[in-house]
Amino acid sequence: MNWLDTIVQGVLLGGLYALFAAGLGLVFGIMRLVNLAHGDLIVLAAFLVLLLASALGLSPFVAAALAPPAMVAFGWGLQFVVLNRTLGKDILPPLLVTFGLSIVIQNGLLEGFSADSRRIPAGALETASLQFGPVSVGTMPLLTFLSAIGVIVALNLIFYHTDLGRAFRATSDDRATAGLMGIRADRIFATATGLAMMVVTIAALYLGTRANFDPTMGPARLIYAFEAVIIGGLGSFWGTLAGGIILGVSQTIGAAINPEWQILAGHVAFLLVLLARPRGLFPRAVD
Amino acid sequence: MSLLETQGLTAFYGDFQALFGVDLRLEEGETLAVIGANGAGKSTLMRSICGLIANSADQIRFEGRGIGALAAPDIVRLGIAMVPEGRKLFPSLSVEENLLVGCYGRSGRVWTLDTIYDLFQQQMVAIGRALMSNPRILLCDEISLGLAPVVIRDIYAAFPKIRAGGASIVVVEQDIGQALAVADRVYCLMEGRVTLTGTPSSLTRDAIHAAYFGAHTT
Repeated sequence: MNWLDTIVQGVLLGGLYALFAAGLGLVFGIMRLVNLAHGDLIVLAAFLVLLLASALGLSPFVAAALAPPAMVAFGWGLQFVVLNRTLGKDILPPLLVTFGLSIVIQNGLLEGFSADSRRIPAGALETASLQFGPVSVGTMPLLTFLSAIGVIVALNLIFYHTDLGRAFRATSDDRATAGLMGIRADRIFATATGLAMMVVTIAALYLGTRANFDPTMGPARLIYAFEAVIIGGLGSFWGTLAGGIILGVSQTIGAAINPEWQILAGHVAFLLVLLARPRGLFPRAVD
Repeated sequence: MSLLETQGLTAFYGDFQALFGVDLRLEEGETLAVIGANGAGKSTLMRSICGLIANSADQIRFEGRGIGALAAPDIVRLGIAMVPEGRKLFPSLSVEENLLVGCYGRSGRVWTLDTIYDLFQQQMVAIGRALMSNPRILLCDEISLGLAPVVIRDIYAAFPKIRAGGASIVVVEQDIGQALAVADRVYCLMEGRVTLTGTPSSLTRDAIHAAYFGAHTT
């Protein structure tokens, strides 16, 4: 077994998990909303990219560039019309509503696309690889990882260098006082969910091109996203990437020892981090 | 027409009624003091005006327009800014960012809130943050709370400049002395009702005591 190769593959897999997690962490960080339909929204976006790519004969990357407006609009509307009404002191309503939404999306996709597993064709890129010394790196996994870094850099720029980002953080700190500053929390939340849907679409592109997907695989992606967010803590988007990488490396090491251990090793690593650092590796300064 | 006016203002926390028909008037360029004991409804009055508590539209008028039903973000856009009780600065934002929230400008970190241990400076940031929206009316809710008397005097010393900058002011205080020194007119609240109003010089100590505590002193 080549340890270096195993770790490199794990790190790259971590990029995919970070993409799953970034949107979830973004929404939770700003409005304390746990979106149980997050995984299903990724699968929904994957079907949208597949539909655009096959119907218009486009490359998946062009299709993924066309999908965000629809996904952002859907996320904005979903938050503004539905999810904002569930926010309050009680944490149960958002859980129930997003759980229901998860079932609605899964069954809607089953109706529309059947239970067959699909894949977004990416042509020669699917099997392309680059040789770095002793390690061979798949082009798609590398693109996934670079996209995750790109997404995190972009989110950091938005959060720490724009008026919108300041409004996000102020609303997260104290919604009522942010209102006194002229910040409309309901719109800020809708914008945050719209932004999360942008990240979801990017995650969907790589979910759909790397492996097969079907309408019911959303909840399993949600678990990886959750674990990456919690390992990373809510203090920084880079923490989410670190969380994804820890999860990915644990899984590939587990799989290298015994293929049956892949998923289990990831969950065990998550539990160990939770034991040692209950608030994650990069906790928020103020909670 | 007054700059700001409340007419028969009522306010509720659920079933609990906190204000029972408060009439208040603020003229352009004026400083008002609203005084009263704990629980008299001073903060409720301020929270009603700034939109944190919803009221009937016509019970609060800004330049004649009923604004009682508007939410806080819409109120601040009209030019009514609030310095909330307890300052309520955003802990995860830097001082500069706290000031920049709600207004367009530069970004970057110079100091963080962690470096301000001094409550006086924190209060100045909170007042500065409210002034950043260029308000016509500045609402100050218990800004002297927890501060030393000498510090309170410094804060109130800035009021003439704020007024010269074009803002009328409403202060809510339990500290009667400071409020009377700075105000053009005074409203005293007790149990959600106005019990006394007038210019500071026209009010006797006994009258204020009676209005404040609800019992005549002899």
